[in-house]
Amino acid sequence: MNLTLKIWRQKNASDKGKMVDYQISDVSPDMSFLEMLDVLNDQIITKGEEPVAFDHDCREGICGMCSLYINGEAHGPDRGVTTCQLHMRKFKDGDTIYIEPFRAKAFPVIKDLVVDRSAFDRIQHAGGFISVNTSGNTQDANAIPIAKEAADTAMDAATCIGCGACVATCKNSSAMLFVGAKVSQYALLPQGQVEATDRVLNMVKQMDEEGFGNCTNTGACEVECPKGISLENIARMNSEYLKASLKG
Amino acid sequence: MALDSKIPQGPLADKWTKHKNEINLVNPANKRLIDIIVVGTGLAGGSAAATLAELGYNVKAFCFQDSPRRAHSIAAQGGINAAKNYQGDGDSTYRLFYDTVKGGDYRSREANVYRLAEVSANIIDQCVAQGVPFARDYGGLLDNRSFGGVLVSRTFYAKGQTGQQLLLGAYSAMNRQIGRGKIKMYNRHEMLDVVVVDGKARGIIARNLVTGEIERHSAHAVVLGTGGYGNVFFLSTNAMGSNVTAAWKAHKRGAYFANPCYTQIHPTCIPVSGDHQSKLTLMSESLRNDGRIWVPKHIKDVEAIRNKTLKPTQIAEEDRDYYLERRYPAFGNLVPRDVASRAAKERCDAGYGVNATGEAVYLDFAAAIMRYGKEQAHIKGLNENDDSVVKNLGKEVVKAKYGNLFQMYEKIVDENPYETPMMIYPAVHYTMGGIWVDYNLQTTVPGLYAIGEANFSDHGANRLGASALMQGLADGYFVLPYTIGDYLSNDIRTGPISTDTKEFEEAENKVKSELEHLINNKGTKPVDYFHRRLGKIMWNKCGMARNEKGLKEAIKEIAELRAEFWKDVRVPGTANEFNEELAKAGRVADFLELGELFAKDALEREESAGGHFREEHQTEEGEAKRRKEFQFVSAWEYKGEPKDAVLHKEDLKYENIEVKERSYK
Repeated sequence: MNLTLKIWRQKNASDKGKMVDYQISDVSPDMSFLEMLDVLNDQIITKGEEPVAFDHDCREGICGMCSLYINGEAHGPDRGVTTCQLHMRKFKDGDTIYIEPFRAKAFPVIKDLVVDRSAFDRIQHAGGFISVNTSGNTQDANAIPIAKEAADTAMDAATCIGCGACVATCKNSSAMLFVGAKVSQYALLPQGQVEATDRVLNMVKQMDEEGFGNCTNTGACEVECPKGISLENIARMNSEYLKASLKG
Repeated sequence: MALDSKIPQGPLADKWTKHKNEINLVNPANKRLIDIIVVGTGLAGGSAAATLAELGYNVKAFCFQDSPRRAHSIAAQGGINAAKNYQGDGDSTYRLFYDTVKGGDYRSREANVYRLAEVSANIIDQCVAQGVPFARDYGGLLDNRSFGGVLVSRTFYAKGQTGQQLLLGAYSAMNRQIGRGKIKMYNRHEMLDVVVVDGKARGIIARNLVTGEIERHSAHAVVLGTGGYGNVFFLSTNAMGSNVTAAWKAHKRGAYFANPCYTQIHPTCIPVSGDHQSKLTLMSESLRNDGRIWVPKHIKDVEAIRNKTLKPTQIAEEDRDYYLERRYPAFGNLVPRDVASRAAKERCDAGYGVNATGEAVYLDFAAAIMRYGKEQAHIKGLNENDDSVVKNLGKEVVKAKYGNLFQMYEKIVDENPYETPMMIYPAVHYTMGGIWVDYNLQTTVPGLYAIGEANFSDHGANRLGASALMQGLADGYFVLPYTIGDYLSNDIRTGPISTDTKEFEEAENKVKSELEHLINNKGTKPVDYFHRRLGKIMWNKCGMARNEKGLKEAIKEIAELRAEFWKDVRVPGTANEFNEELAKAGRVADFLELGELFAKDALEREESAGGHFREEHQTEEGEAKRRKEFQFVSAWEYKGEPKDAVLHKEDLKYENIEVKERSYK
């Protein structure tokens, strides 16, 4: 297929940035979206110009490093996948594709399509853990049975890959789905109970300080989440937050 | 320098306990005066950084990704082994030890492997305490599954995302220490050299990948948890950024590199689809619990499939060759990875490959779907003889077990594996070789440690499934934090290490001049062009089967390609900015050196062992043939060009296991 690409180019954080047009031909439908960009970059470098910078690593949808806002959707038109798992068979010959970075106040652009998502790390530093030291003397793993349903629901929340699609999609740039998933994982497990109050208060406080917006229940984040993280996690976080606030 | 593995004396089962009791400790007040650099934040690096910080050391951790949570351990799917014997099927520390040594084709170190098996149970306890949501059964206890090369169920898992969950556990432990200020985290930083002062590792040179700035960082000890070098093959299941640079720079500063030719080629990966391909995707070994591997018995069916006039589901049972079950009745589809990969290659070389390129075999779930479906129908009181009811119930069970893998397959191949068998083919996955370390995980450079996949010690010539996660976490949580104290006990009065010394300056200048060289080269071809060509040489001549002629050609071709790279590579932009091509160029430059040493090591090892298969050394049935005179670790010392590397041998002694021909029949 032959495609027209309109790609956001921005030299560095202080550059204003603009959309630039590129033509690409002989794209195979079996290519992944990022492999298509590899081919484009090969052509750009051979011409002596600077390639398009984009984040990527595992290319199998689990590391959460890739991003991209493709034709107005985080991770592009397919559902339940990251950009690295999006394949060109989802596009047609002659299509024009708009490629932009994940945009949010809390995710400043570093270069072209690369953004700084370290705000997510800082939210986790504030409470995304259970305070247990490594010792080799923790109790046996089977000492506390955990109901299968609770363990499975915790696992569903824990599958969040921290890519930031929820933030990029949300009209308020809210990080509630991301934070809700982490709070939920621990809230559902007995190990997480001891620090539950401080955890939710500290993580939400950090989230607000980072400049993420609030949740207005449109549910767009859930639709675009490549891992199908459910809105229930936001509800669970809100209930945890309320409980914690009442306790003080 | 003679190699001293520093294996403690005494009976195998007592060595680790005795060693821990005898080594020196650093008291808590003094730990605050000691700095440790940890490079890499995967399971090994992440767990080590967190544990060292918990103990009170000042840790600086580095990763090239934008967050420590993205290290490639995250992609491990199937599970983690531990000798818990929760299933009551006869598992024990000794059995895990035995299976690992045998699985490694008697090329690993007994004492290290025993220690690994010994601490394996602690890992599960630790992870559960951290809130890792392992799979559980209806009684609320932990569930297990089986992996290749063993006869018990000892693999713990979290759906098909076990690596992700374990890494997020280690990441959470790191986050706690980052929040306390005990770990200073450097994201988007790449280590480009080790600094050695008075014979001891005292710091690193790192490049800030956002600004391009070259930075000096000092410490009393340096730990490398920087993973494997599978990307020397260009196409592998590794992440795009996975590289050998940190390990290779350490090698150039005096760390011996052990067994570089031991590579794991994983049997179940999605086959290559075209020249544009940038990486290969693994389908977890856990699928072999329920999937049956086969190719058609008759060439006419193979041809019909390739012509798309026949579907695999239309081939009758008696016309299918379940070749693993046929050749290895005892272990069947669950033979170790090296055996399964070679068997797939044997069938495809004989012309039975089932896709257009002739390089694919089937992994079929139809039997498992019906088996589980019947069980569910029975439990639910439904008609066990109604195929459509049974099939739907069975699909639900398979989906619960492997749903994410099936989805991944469907997205890539555009076929529904619930309805038609998966197509799979072997691909480069893991490297058993790595930096040589002693029992304390210290390299041949004092104060420089290597953990996880970056070292060589535990998996011999072939790693068993679900053992990489075990080793990474064992090293990071339970081994290194003890052994490093013994070394650091001599540093309690040293005080902070200055970066304002001639050693740091020399290393920094070297790094800068190499980067400038790449930028100013202004050749004609992008970095990937050279990387792809290197990968082709490696795959064709140092891949699943190797021979003297091919290896000699590979050595020559890699050296020529390296010269061409330095002459003709084009790296756009400057060194003082975010420049992915520059980072890539540095990594490929190192792969071009390692690749040659790899081929040299494979040439010198005139035997077949595990993942290293020399065509000259096989049994009449085509199985790998070990040779007694090669019962040693090859540790290579850097002497300039890879061809000049000097071989040191560490003899492997088996006092607790009888070395036999490895049989899975």
